Amino acid sequence: MKKKRKLGRGVAIVGAGMSKFGMFKDQDSKDLFADAFREMIVSVDKGVDPKEIDALYLGNFSSDYFMRQSHWGPIISDLVGIAPKPATRTEGACASSALAFREGVFAIASGFYDVVLVGGVEEMSKRTTEEVAEGLALATVPYEGRAGFTFPGVFGAVATAYFAKYGANREHLMNITIKSHNNAPLNPKAQFPITIQDLMNKKKESLKKREGTAPEWQTEKDFLNDPRANPVVAWPMHLFDCCPISDGASCMLLVAEEIAKNFTDDPITVAGLGQGSGRGFHASDDLTYFEATRYAAQEAYGMSGLTPKDIQFSEVHDCFSIAELVHIEDLGFFKPGHGYKAVAEGATRLDGLKPINTSGGLKCKGHPVGATGISQLYEVWTQLRGQAGPRQVPAGDLRFGGAHNLGGTGGTCTFTILERK
Amino acid sequence: MEERPFSDITYEQYLKEERLMGSRCKECDARFVPPRSICVKCFSSDMEWLELKGKGRLAAFTCITIAPPFMIAQGYNRKNPYISGVVELEEGGRVDARIEGLDPNKPEEIKVGMPLKVKYLHTEVGAKKETYLAFEPL
Ligand SMILES: [Zn+2]
Repeated sequence: MKKKRKLGRGVAIVGAGMSKFGMFKDQDSKDLFADAFREMIVSVDKGVDPKEIDALYLGNFSSDYFMRQSHWGPIISDLVGIAPKPATRTEGACASSALAFREGVFAIASGFYDVVLVGGVEEMSKRTTEEVAEGLALATVPYEGRAGFTFPGVFGAVATAYFAKYGANREHLMNITIKSHNNAPLNPKAQFPITIQDLMNKKKESLKKREGTAPEWQTEKDFLNDPRANPVVAWPMHLFDCCPISDGASCMLLVAEEIAKNFTDDPITVAGLGQGSGRGFHASDDLTYFEATRYAAQEAYGMSGLTPKDIQFSEVHDCFSIAELVHIEDLGFFKPGHGYKAVAEGATRLDGLKPINTSGGLKCKGHPVGATGISQLYEVWTQLRGQAGPRQVPAGDLRFGGAHNLGGTGGTCTFTILERK
Repeated sequence: MEERPFSDITYEQYLKEERLMGSRCKECDARFVPPRSICVKCFSSDMEWLELKGKGRLAAFTCITIAPPFMIAQGYNRKNPYISGVVELEEGGRVDARIEGLDPNKPEEIKVGMPLKVKYLHTEVGAKKETYLAFEPL
């Protein structure tokens, strides 16, 4: 039998912060991380002296490409006054900061450190869309990149395979987009805090002013079905199936569980950790799931002794609408091929049985790739502590929440379960 | 041909010669395309070359309008999209490839499961000659 993994000692999250996500002309990676760090410091209920921090783990995918500047560990460490203490950068494409989180957890669980800062940062908006497409495609499997696949292309292909196998269609994916856009206005950090309904009405008005007539969109799906409003990016992925290009930063303060009470009376602990590696399209016999996510989920459930039913809400890596659908099945929340029906019935809405991406998800909150993993954990931490304001999961007493992060074309996937004891 | 290493570089060289090649593990008969030098079933390194017929079915596809720079250099853009796909080979195994001979502006007409045959795309951008694996309708 497979060994059941556990931490050498418990690890608690006692503080968390993130910058606003968006496209910022006048803020760079350092400015954004400083925003996240300041919020994290203030969030520690009983306060923390930054001098207590032993080390930094920082997720960053590709500032080497996007900003022509690599080696961000020591730069950020110096920014927040941790240097000369150690700083380590982790890279797992869009899952880079989930890996930083894991490394921080392991460093504390091993007994080596007591207080660790983990974070992520990415700055992408200073490149053209085509350049960003190339930069992200660096994280595909080489055979995929050579065949012309971009990230939207990879997930477009997953969608065609899913549609063919299970009979879903674009309208099912629109339910996911509409749901994410309904959550986003409740999140002050979100890049697109606007519902599809409001967006549609705004566009109608501006077209009326400019051209004299407005399109006859009645419903949100009329709007999303109109290629003038929602052009194709990589069939069947259209603009509103895709997460945006974003800048942003996120961070968390991890401490040994045995000293957590020095920082807060309401620590959130790490209940389950999972990470898996994918092999790419050529080595997969079925493109409707991600092997690495299933492996990560199995690890996290095994470590925590929990089942998918126990996870009351979850952030999942919805870089594209189809991705959210596949992940909620891979994580065991819904049976394979049933996810789209559950979504259509409202199960994943904020007031549904299994709220998914209460933050608005990557789609609306934004996806500065290296910062995303810890921003997902930030949302789970905030929800578990009952501090999510108008987007608080209404289920009442929350104990367990999940965060699923995916890098590349499923090459690196993590699933993390946080607990409020 | 027996001398060539079981590598991505050789895989690409064979494509230039219009041959689709994989590797077969002499120890356990596992077959791999693209070729592997280490068998991931039994971990033997005793491999031989395997030539594929180049017939298969479309397992998944996408029509891409926002192209990366190397595809833009080949003339593709928002007005001139292209198709990338995954092809399930007749002998088993899958490859990522360009899909030709179908209209990327009419994706509704492209069907997962449709039979395809291999085509080798020889391109020349500036002084750079490349061959890309592609498939087209049978
Ligand atoms: Zn073998």
